[in-house]
Amino acid sequence: MSINKVNTHIIPIDFQYHAPSSLDEAVKLLEEYGNDAKILAGGTDLIPHMKQRKVETKHIINIKKISGLESIVETEKGVEIGAITKLRTIELSPLIKEKLPLLHEAAKSVGSVQIRNLATVGGNLCNASPSADMATPLLALDTVVHVYGREGKKDYNLEEFFHGRGEVKLAPGELLTGMTVPYAPKGAGMAFEKIGWTTFDIATVNVAAVMTLRDGKIDHCRVTLGACSPAPTRVYQAETILRGEEPTSKVFDEAVYLIAACVEPRERWRRAPPEYRRKSSQALAIDAFTRAVEQARRLA
Amino acid sequence: MEIEIIVNGKNKKFDVKPNTLLLNLLREDLHLTGSKYGCGIGECGACTVHLEGEAVLGCMVLAIDAEGKRVDTIEGVADGDKLDPVQEAYIEEGAIQCGFCTPGFVMTTKALLKENPDPSEDEIREYLKGNYCRCTGYVNIVRAVQAAAKKTKS
Repeated sequence: MSINKVNTHIIPIDFQYHAPSSLDEAVKLLEEYGNDAKILAGGTDLIPHMKQRKVETKHIINIKKISGLESIVETEKGVEIGAITKLRTIELSPLIKEKLPLLHEAAKSVGSVQIRNLATVGGNLCNASPSADMATPLLALDTVVHVYGREGKKDYNLEEFFHGRGEVKLAPGELLTGMTVPYAPKGAGMAFEKIGWTTFDIATVNVAAVMTLRDGKIDHCRVTLGACSPAPTRVYQAETILRGEEPTSKVFDEAVYLIAACVEPRERWRRAPPEYRRKSSQALAIDAFTRAVEQARRLA
Repeated sequence: MEIEIIVNGKNKKFDVKPNTLLLNLLREDLHLTGSKYGCGIGECGACTVHLEGEAVLGCMVLAIDAEGKRVDTIEGVADGDKLDPVQEAYIEEGAIQCGFCTPGFVMTTKALLKENPDPSEDEIREYLKGNYCRCTGYVNIVRAVQAAAKKTKS
């Protein structure tokens, strides 16, 4: 553990602080300072990283003063969530609980109340941590993210937004403004499962599943896996196995075998070795499938 | 940079550097040393204060980011010499040993009871998950929260 290697009581470096009040102003600052600037939203990752000197930046651009980035709105296409919406707001939103319970579950699983009162959903995605607990469920819900830059708005599927380890598809001068989470098909059951070192740790493995049943067989099916490869992953092969089949333990076993195959070992995996991740991703996936199917049955 | 923060109901003016943390401002500039510096990385909850009425970690917030906002600390909980029901309950239930974690626990408990005046044991344990106590264990703390809930209701 590296907790005591550094003094976490101060931020040791000086930086210039900017708090733009509009998106265009933010874009201008981001373009001007480029790699010397970091965006501050909730700060629950950035500030500890700055204390530990993992991030030494000359400029901090606080985007919380920009209006319109903190919202949860019901639209025809789905739920629009602003980038700086706090995880606690998502957890407590009656709309999310009713329409997208998967996001409620995932938000609730992050850190403590104090962390969730600060941390934002956009920050969770833009950190591009493979273990981001909102990324796995948002991926399973076919989320589209909205990016703003000098050329205006751009949309990406969440899957293409994740570029690989620690990277998202944001060009210099661009920032994430929000996302549209489509409603899951009618009657869909959904479940999020996660395991970490402690109950409020970040995930060692997380899994999300969204499923509908038609005539007793799995119809719509999304399976996503987090913390096991450079970016949260949609496991297409497992979906193919499950789709059109009756939800039996035999089919589940076949599918989770393919999930475990997605675990791409990294040289320095501090939290758990690859074999642990393979085994626990299988166990978590079976739990997620079982819960999703039960829910879909109740809703049918 | 000049900022103004409403600390425990009073407007306070500060001249801060951008890298000043809210917790250090409270402890060093205002000598409000009730909020403690524990781990510094968001795991222990000893620095819990209320920002605009919500429990947050003072060590994770830039002072400058609290500009114009309401910050409430443990020092603002009692009314003069009269303790808050939550503080009374922690004493009565023996939920304190060394006391280092207690200000954080009291602030989190206050936030919990504001949202949920009658929490179950599971809800209490879930809400207080981000506060560590390394002396007493959590049994007496849970009891104190239950007692505080009763006191607050009556």
